[in-house]
Amino acid sequence: MYDITYFHEATSVQDAVKALTEHPEAKVIAGGTDVLVQIREGRFGPTELVSIHELRDELWGVVLDEDETICIGPITWFHAVNQDPICQERIPVLCEACDTPGGPQLRVSGTIGGNVANGITSADTASTLFAYGARLVLEGPHGRRTVPIEEWYAGPGKTVREHDEILVSIQIPRDHYEGFYGDYIKYGKRNALEIATMGCCCLVKLTDDHETIEDVRFAYGVAGPTPCRSHAAEEAARGKTVAEAAELVGDAALEDLHPRDSWRASKDFRMQLIKEMTKRALVNAANKGGSSASWK
Amino acid sequence: MEMKILSCTVNGKPVQVGYDVRECLLDTLHDRLGLTSVKRGCEVGECGACTVLIDGVATDTCLYLTAWAEGKTIETVEGLQAPDGTLDPVQQAFVDEFAVQCGFCIPGIIMSAEELVRTGKTYTRDEIRKALSGHLCRCTGYQNIITAVERAVDLVNGFVGEDGDAA
Repeated sequence: MYDITYFHEATSVQDAVKALTEHPEAKVIAGGTDVLVQIREGRFGPTELVSIHELRDELWGVVLDEDETICIGPITWFHAVNQDPICQERIPVLCEACDTPGGPQLRVSGTIGGNVANGITSADTASTLFAYGARLVLEGPHGRRTVPIEEWYAGPGKTVREHDEILVSIQIPRDHYEGFYGDYIKYGKRNALEIATMGCCCLVKLTDDHETIEDVRFAYGVAGPTPCRSHAAEEAARGKTVAEAAELVGDAALEDLHPRDSWRASKDFRMQLIKEMTKRALVNAANKGGSSASWK
Repeated sequence: MEMKILSCTVNGKPVQVGYDVRECLLDTLHDRLGLTSVKRGCEVGECGACTVLIDGVATDTCLYLTAWAEGKTIETVEGLQAPDGTLDPVQQAFVDEFAVQCGFCIPGIIMSAEELVRTGKTYTRDEIRKALSGHLCRCTGYQNIITAVERAVDLVNGFVGEDGDAA
């Protein structure tokens, strides 16, 4: 039994917005795998909930726009993103990332929208969505607005979403994914049911020789209070061969990133992880694009 | 908090049951419907002991509000046995492979195994391990559990071959 003092099952996005307007303390619940755990831990005290769990018609599934922007419904399960043919073909690294939170049962409750809406740095899909430069569409009482993911996070566990706004779409424009190969590495102490100690996503675009880096993006979870990119590592890698860049990107990433000590891992260990995972993610991603480089 | 009435299908039968809006499906199945195979374990989605099939999908019921089960089809271990008492192939495989120690985690694991069996596919041991990775067994009896699931999958889906070498 959860400490819930008000529960509204929304019948549409606008109905949810209305309920949120009327209940200034209410929280949005979609899959429940994060919100319910926090209620159980007593983080919120008695809690009012507005559920968007049943809004499948409006908020579920992946579609391709006319301009080939990938639009992901925020209440789509991790597992459903992982299995989606559009995602598998065009943004396979997001499918990989969606295969890492919790265990199989959690991935058919937990949602990709919840993973970014909770503002958590360790969210497995957040770093990948960051690397893809996703755009997050919010709907509130006064209509819709779009927030680039770079401007989404307002601090640990905080986002720029207003209380009465609902995340209604996660969009990845074609030029953000086309031609990029990617890799997501989650470091944890076990392979399932684990929260990332460090997460790193690399997207790389190679020139025709399959060895020279034309463009690259590195994004991280748990390397700071919010998911973030390392522009220094990207600068260091651009124009170099994969093998050359692999030697440089780890140290370059540490210029940008300042992880901290926590009970999960020390700062020193996290720095070591950043250095190693940046290199490996780059090489793994490039290998998928035909490069023969090795991080070993 | 207000009481509501849930209408859904549980183990093949239409069910109407009163529930408190604060409840999760684990509470309702275990405490109100007496389906004690649905175990209360960690209650935070880590142990898998409360796993049931919701519309055929193995789901942790501790993190699933009862309100969301309206109109859904729910299956628990209680619904697997045939009317004459014959065990379901997954249950039988767990018996044959001595896969049960204390038994607390087993009903949840059996429901995840049911989901695998019903795909009609065969699986390698590594794939089975991953499919069961949302379950914890405090007796650490994983080897026999995986062997039992492998046996059930191979039996039902007609695979005959070398150990774990599924096509």
